Amino acid sequence: MKPVSQLQQTFDSKHFAVTAEIGPPKGADPMSIVQKASMLHGYADAYNITDNQTAVVRLSSLAGAIHVKNQQMEPIVQMGCRDRNRIALQSDILGASSLGVHNMLFVTGDHQSKGNHPMAKGVFDIDSVQLIAIARQLRDDGVFQSKDEIKRGKPSIFIGAVENPFATPLDIRVDRLEKKIKAGAQFIQTQSVFNIDRFTEWMQEITERGLDKQVHILAGITPIKSHRMLNRMRFHVPGVDIPDEIAQQLESSQDIQAKAIDISIDLIQEIKQIKGVHGIHISAIFWEKIIPDLIKQTRIGPKYR
Amino acid sequence: MTLCHVSSMIISKQKSFQHILSRVKGYSVYIFGCSECATMCRTGGEHEVKKLADQLAHEGVIVTGWKILEPACNHMNLKRLLPTLLQDMNQADCILVMACGDGVQVVSSLFPSHRIISGNDTLFLGVKEKINQYTRKCNLCGDCVVDQFYALCPIARCPKHLLNGPCGGSEQGICEVESNLPCVWEQIYVQFKERGGENPFIKYQPPHDWSQSERILYEAKK
Repeated sequence: MKPVSQLQQTFDSKHFAVTAEIGPPKGADPMSIVQKASMLHGYADAYNITDNQTAVVRLSSLAGAIHVKNQQMEPIVQMGCRDRNRIALQSDILGASSLGVHNMLFVTGDHQSKGNHPMAKGVFDIDSVQLIAIARQLRDDGVFQSKDEIKRGKPSIFIGAVENPFATPLDIRVDRLEKKIKAGAQFIQTQSVFNIDRFTEWMQEITERGLDKQVHILAGITPIKSHRMLNRMRFHVPGVDIPDEIAQQLESSQDIQAKAIDISIDLIQEIKQIKGVHGIHISAIFWEKIIPDLIKQTRIGPKYR
Repeated sequence: MTLCHVSSMIISKQKSFQHILSRVKGYSVYIFGCSECATMCRTGGEHEVKKLADQLAHEGVIVTGWKILEPACNHMNLKRLLPTLLQDMNQADCILVMACGDGVQVVSSLFPSHRIISGNDTLFLGVKEKINQYTRKCNLCGDCVVDQFYALCPIARCPKHLLNGPCGGSEQGICEVESNLPCVWEQIYVQFKERGGENPFIKYQPPHDWSQSERILYEAKK
């Protein structure tokens, strides 16, 4: 099958892919996206634009994706199930494809109670697995979820999903990944990896079950910018697993940012050696400018092929 | 004829006294409680209704009378009682109903000339786990899937209604959204390990049919 995006082409060519996250602004001024994009130009194969992440209202993912695309960079649009029902989501899939945005990452989304509009009604008409299956059905069968037929153009989609190897119960995490793959997921971005032992164990189960042949896994990397962020990630962000050893290294360091970069570099080097991993996904939350350093020092991504 | 030991019911919580007072201040009021769910939840039983009547009187509101309906949602019973209530009721400008939203509307259908005020917020269909603690069990969604999950409903008991496995945010079996809520998917996991059956973490559940949950009218087949 012909790739629908550069990212898909990268995987097809067996290159080790790099994706990076760009958080859209809390406002209508696109300059911060344009600035972040120009800073990151050429360092990654594609760039995620988050969809009202942590349930805080921001410039929409699709609009952000277009700003990125206008910088001659390839976006990954994100779509969550919290704010839109199956009608709106299918409409946005068609819309994204029509605008030439073909990498789409489907998530359930953080609960609205955690964001800046806790009184909002959460939609959750469908979940991420169902959204993945619907996207595949639109693309491959040309029918909507209701079985009504698509007229005038099936969407082209490279289907992405997320997975958290560190969430409990641990022994069903690969089952759930398999479910997403069967539904149609073609690439997976994982929760930030800090616990390399657990990540290795998860990958081992994936390769034993042959799932690495069916999906491209990008390991999540998050450099921790400050003590405040370390504390937040350790104790307040659900599903993040930072081992005590790494936390202590960061805490006791004179320069937490330098230490965070060292740790991220070590993690990338180790992850590159793990069988079945096809790339790295960097989400440097409010610290995008550090991404070029990480790329230069680990020599991954399009610049180093 | 109160049913005893009803543990499953419509769960309600009382609106704040300040809110209720602001709605009835300057009017005379008659109060209805409910012998069933609202009594069990302590939001509209005799004790709560008497206490509220005293508090309102203390604030200068004229309370012309009160009655615990058996129960508030029983239209027939209420109709039968009507003649005995009319005198007190006719002296009141408004009726304060300490029942669920259904009870409030049954009362209002019989007293079209009174202003109707709800004293409770209706939360969900659930059970009383222990004193002052209630759990949602059913969302009345109109398309029951609970038998596919060891009779643990992910639509009612997962804040994201996830049908295809947990979200990845629970910690030590506790939901990321509510700090005392056990993750229903952890509970399903335990049942799957103990009882076996088809793996709910691999078996795909298609999108739910919400069309019945949107129904306003329903006519049962004869």
